[in-house]
This record gives sequence, structure tokens and C-alpha cells, in this order.
Amino acid sequence: MSGSTTGRSGSGRIVRGYIVPGMPHVLLAPEKSAGWSSLRASFGRLRQEIEESGADLLLLYSTQWISVIGHQIQADPKPKWVHVDPEWHALGSMPYEFRMDPEFGKACEGAARARGLHARTVAYHGFPIDTGTVVALKLLDPENRLQASVVSCNMYADRAETLVLGKAARDAVIATGRRAIAVAVTALSNRMFTSPIDPANDRISSLKDDEWNRKILEILGEGRLEDVSQLAREFSSQANGDQKMKAIWWLASLMGEHNDYDGRVFDYQPVWGTGAALVGLTASTKPAARLEFDEEGVESYSGDRGVLATTTGPDASPSAPAGNSSNERASADPSGRVAREKAGATISSSGAIRTDAAPGPVGAYPHARRVGDFLYLSGIGPRQAGTNEIPGGPVRDSAGARCDYDIEAQTRATIENIRTILESAGSSLDRVFDVSVFLIDMARDFAAFNRVYAEYFEHVGATRTTVEVRALPTPIAVELKVVAFAA
Amino acid sequence: MKQGRIVAGILAPHPPHLVYAENPPQNEPRAECGWEELRWGYERCRKSLARKDFDVLIVHSPHWRTFVGHHFLGVPHFESLSVDPVFPNLFRYHFKLDVDVELAEAIEEEAKSAGLETQMMRNPDFRVDYGTITSCHLVNPSWDKPIVGLSSNGAYYYFSNEVGQAQMTALGEATRRAVEKSGRRAVVLASNSLSHRHFTVEPAIPEDMSHEHSYHHGQYLWDMRMLELMKQGKGRQVADELPDFIDQTESEMKAGSLMWMLAALGFPDYPAEIHAYGTVIGTGNAVVEWDAERAPAGVRV
Repeated sequence: MSGSTTGRSGSGRIVRGYIVPGMPHVLLAPEKSAGWSSLRASFGRLRQEIEESGADLLLLYSTQWISVIGHQIQADPKPKWVHVDPEWHALGSMPYEFRMDPEFGKACEGAARARGLHARTVAYHGFPIDTGTVVALKLLDPENRLQASVVSCNMYADRAETLVLGKAARDAVIATGRRAIAVAVTALSNRMFTSPIDPANDRISSLKDDEWNRKILEILGEGRLEDVSQLAREFSSQANGDQKMKAIWWLASLMGEHNDYDGRVFDYQPVWGTGAALVGLTASTKPAARLEFDEEGVESYSGDRGVLATTTGPDASPSAPAGNSSNERASADPSGRVAREKAGATISSSGAIRTDAAPGPVGAYPHARRVGDFLYLSGIGPRQAGTNEIPGGPVRDSAGARCDYDIEAQTRATIENIRTILESAGSSLDRVFDVSVFLIDMARDFAAFNRVYAEYFEHVGATRTTVEVRALPTPIAVELKVVAFAA
Repeated sequence: MKQGRIVAGILAPHPPHLVYAENPPQNEPRAECGWEELRWGYERCRKSLARKDFDVLIVHSPHWRTFVGHHFLGVPHFESLSVDPVFPNLFRYHFKLDVDVELAEAIEEEAKSAGLETQMMRNPDFRVDYGTITSCHLVNPSWDKPIVGLSSNGAYYYFSNEVGQAQMTALGEATRRAVEKSGRRAVVLASNSLSHRHFTVEPAIPEDMSHEHSYHHGQYLWDMRMLELMKQGKGRQVADELPDFIDQTESEMKAGSLMWMLAALGFPDYPAEIHAYGTVIGTGNAVVEWDAERAPAGVRV
């Protein structure tokens, strides 16, 4: 059982992970369908594993606990209620009394905020705990042997936000010394029948969904959790994955973003047309497999956070309203600019490079990424770090009217920004070997641009491509994308 | 028995912030102020309804989500605590309410006859959703009228907005027929906001109005377009443009409440009264009344 973290901080770990369904049929009416009954029995096998695992925390992410303002973490020590599902009320009521781990919840909240997420704990009598959580906890740990912690599923969260949430949970597990079992409460394919059915004849609602479910389960059975995480978008698109399979992103991130697990598919059955599976994942003793991922991991979140400030434009730095939890690591000066506690570049484990000394990205991408001996920079323009001012002036004013601007000043500022990023990553301008140039007005700007470019690159000998584009994302006239040798 | 009728329709959005800012005795959290435009609009709406003779509020809420058919509250009395799962810091409301089960059953039967999937909710442990509670409180805080509660079926909108609209039209027309047969005088409530992109962070003081504004200008323009159509009495055009509006603004009207109400009102061709428009965490909200009894003759648009 979990108690105080005293004396075990920093020694925590994820003991194993499970994927389980959260439909109430398995809890309330298993006798009505052979499939539901089978799932109920399989839950029993998981329960036994959990009892024998030595774990002290059940850490859940439920796709049925929807949040819209960041993420919420249950921290009521003893939530108690009689729950009725809004859809499946005819199946009966679900009285519950759980034993939550508020100390871990607080740690998780802090870890999430430290990674840039908006998060808060909730501890209110009568808070509506979702059906998925109730079903999972009542079937996995009916006697409340372990404390539990539950994290919400933000309906608007993207992959990056969800991955970071998983990493924050991992941070909290390690920091608090918990031995945690991670449970993703989610369906696979999620196309319910929309008319009454005979439960005895329940089936996956389409053959295509069934095939996708089986494919995913085959991969999970091989322990390749990260591969499934990478496939989540495709799966969701094809089989209407439950909440876009965010629970898989969370689980894979929490468990370390790799494929080296021993996987076991305990069961796979339909519940009212949806795909319901119980899967177990434990760390493997197999040698690490080579990973070829399409999408990189994300270490911190810097999403849509400046919207409360009425002066915030699309390019402005996020402001920090007093007490805004998502920006607690930042401090605002009188002009609203935000200074990070830690200046300079950060390099993630995947090689993504970010630096406060360069203008902030206007999308979900780093300033640069190191791949082997090469540095790939994102497209860089002349905006100034912190202020977003454009040397030489913008090409359009705030009303969209065309402005006169100085292409030479913009070009110099652009190249200086590139220099800053390269040097923050340990490289330099003279290591650049390929340049792509984007100009919005070739006839007007090319000659002047070319003169300034030569000042910096004539001796470097980098290859170059120059094209005209109709517009760039911010009101600038020039953007460069470079590839360089790393230090 | 005299023929019943729908005497008014109210677009009655349910941001819990409005109840929070009002500090009613039923709600646990306390506020200093906030969202006055909308709250004062609801005051005007209540004054208008006070002049009306009606028996029941029929409310369609997006926060009672169902997929297998349209569900209807079928228990005569509920008494519980409603805690908003998204804003539990703002809304923990102790409620007691009565349900007009006879009318609910009549609407359910009428809807079933129209080919819709329907179901009565008979579980006494069921907790009425906070959208229903909020809209009903804001329209009738004395709770002296029974309600009929309808769920929001999300399955149809899964296929397309147009399929959803067709379903909600059928449900609205079934509601009107059932009310007419019942002899009741009913007010119908569509518990929907307008545009629904919202902030993903909160200010430290929830009612700090210096942070409240429309999420973006495009969303505001769409809201104004819909309200202008309502003011001009172009109910049919509102319905026709709803699918685009929903797509462009992530509107909560995807839950079908407004379409249901417009259909129940017979797609009003008389001007609506805009009691208020304001934003809540960036979403557009309006309190709008269609007075079915005072619709001026000869002003059909």
C-alpha cells in the first residue's frame, strides 16, 4: 500500500502497463453476452497479476473523463457516489468508494506544469467520476488494495500535449517513489451501434474495424507499444479510435517510448460494436529493437497559451497572467514578455533543439534538429527573439495593407538568427552546406537579398535554391532553411 | 381538453460561470461578479417569461450525451448535487427538480412514432446533467415548474451535420405534436452556446473580466450573422446555415438543441428578441427568445 513518499523519493518506476475497456456492460451485465462475460473473466486475471505485482499505485488515464481546459487529476482521497452512466442507465447503478492518492496527484500536477501543461487536481465531493474509471477500478481492484490516481483526457489535446502528459506522469512516479501500474482505459475501434441490439449477438460494428483492431493487437502482442503509438493517427482515421487513441499516446509516453516490452493480449471482444481488449505490457529482457519512427517525441508543451491577453497576436510571446499555472516557470516583465528561467538552448533526447535566443516558432516544431552528424534547421525569418519585431519593417500592417520594407535589414536579421541557432547547437554559419531561400517578391528583392547573402556565405560555398512564394506565415519577406554539419 | 401549445422558445446557453457569478444559495462557490451582460440578459428573459402563462420547461441539453436513441428523464423527482466536470471550482449546485413524466412519455411516444429511436430514463440514481441544471436555473431559478429533459444524441452528427439536423427536426416536430395533444403550455429551452472555440487556460480569478473576449474575430462575425438572422425572423435560414456555422465555429449546436427548438417552434418567421450576447472563456453565448404568442401578425418575413 502506498503511504508517504518519505524515504523513497526518486526510486519510483512503472511496473507494467495495461490497456482495458471502460464500457459498463462488463461490470453490470456480463451474463448477457459471451463476449462481455469473457472480458469480465479476463479482468479477473489482470486483477490477480496486480495483486501479485508489488505495485502500490494504479495510475489511470480514462478516455471517458473528458476535460477541455488542460488536464485534471483526481485528488479526492475517498470519492464516494452512486454513479449511473448517462447512456447505459438501464444496466443499473454503480455505487463506488475509491482510495485515491492525493499526494501523487499533486506531484503529477506539478510535473505537468513544469513541462508547460495546464493541469489541476480536483477534490470535490460529488465530482462526477466517469464510467470508464469506475468500471476499471471496480474490476481491477475491487477491494481498493492500491491507491489510485486518475488523469483526464483533454478532448482537444493533440499528440504533443498527450505525450508530455505521459512524461509528466512518469516524472511524478519517479519523484514520489511509487511503483505504478499504468492503465489506459480506452476502447480500440469506437463505433457503437446506434440502435438496440441483442447482446448475445454483439459483434464489432464493421469488418474493417475488426481487421484494424486485430492488426493493432498483433503488434501489441509483440510488445511494440511505440509502434502502435506511431500508428494511432492512422488507426483512428480508419477505425474511429476512441478519443483518437490518446490513451495509447499517454501510455507509450509514460512507459518510455520504445518497443521493448513483453506484450500479452488477454482478450478481445465486442461491446456494443466497439472493440474491447485487455492487453498487458511488461518491460522485456529482449535486446532493444531498432526504432524507425515517423514522429519524434516531445519533451515539453508550449501550445495555445497566450489567448487570455487581449494584446496577444499570432506572433506575440505568451503573456503570463498572475497565477496562470501554465506559465509558472516563466516571469513576465512590464511589457508582457516572458523570460524563461533557463535561457539558452535545450536539446531533447530525440535531438530537437530549442533556444530562447531565437524567435519563437509559430507552430509545433523546434528551431533545429540534430540527426547524426547533421543539423537541420526549421525555416528561419528575421523576427527578433522576445519582441517579434521585424527589422526593416513588416510587409503588411495589422490591417493587411502592404507596407514598404527593407529587404537588406530583413536578410541580415534572418541570417543572424540562423547564426544564433547554429551556435547554440555548437555549430556555426561556416558549417552550412545547403540553403533554401524563400522570397515573397523575387523581382523587388532578389538583388538586394543576394548582396547581403554574399557577405555572409560567399566563402562558405553552400549550395542554394531560391524560390518565390506567395506568402510566409508572418509578415516577413524572406525565410531561409539551412542544413549544416553539427559540431 | 384544450389544445396545448409551445408559448416560447429560448436559446438558453449553460456556462456554469453565469450561475457562479450570480451566487445563488444552491451553488457552493462564491464569486465577486462577472459576465454581467449575459446575466442581465437572462434577467430580462425571466421578466419576459414571468408575463407568460406556462406549465412546463422542456430542455434539450448537450451534456446529456447518448448514442442509442434520444433519452427522456422518466423519474418524477430528482434531488442531488450537480458538479460540473470541467469547472468543478465554479459549479457545485444542490438541486431539487420535478419532472413532467407524463409529457416526457408523450413526447417519447410521438418521437418513436416518427421513426426515431427513443428510451425513457427510469433509474432513480441518475444524476441530471449540469447543462440542464444550469439552463433551467438561469431561466427559472425558483424551480417552480416541472421540466422535461431530453438527451443529446451524438450519433447522427457522426455521419454528418445534415443527418443530425434531419433527426433533430423530426424530434422537434414530435415535441410540438406531443405538447399540442397534452394540453400543456410549454416553454422550450435549447441549452446551446453559439461559437464554441474557447480558451485552454483560465485566469487566476475566474471572474476577472479583463481576460474575457471573443476567441477570434471570425468566430464573432459568425455569431453576429446568426443573431442577425434570428432578429430578422429568418428561422428557416438559420437552420439552413447551421451546418456551415457548426463547421466554422466548432459550435455546440452540433448537439442539436437549437435545431430541435427551431423545429418545435415551426421554424419561426417572426423576429426573435436578443436579450444578450457575451463571451464566456472565449465562446459566444446569446440569450434569445422567440415569443410564439406575441409574434406580430403581418410581420412575417
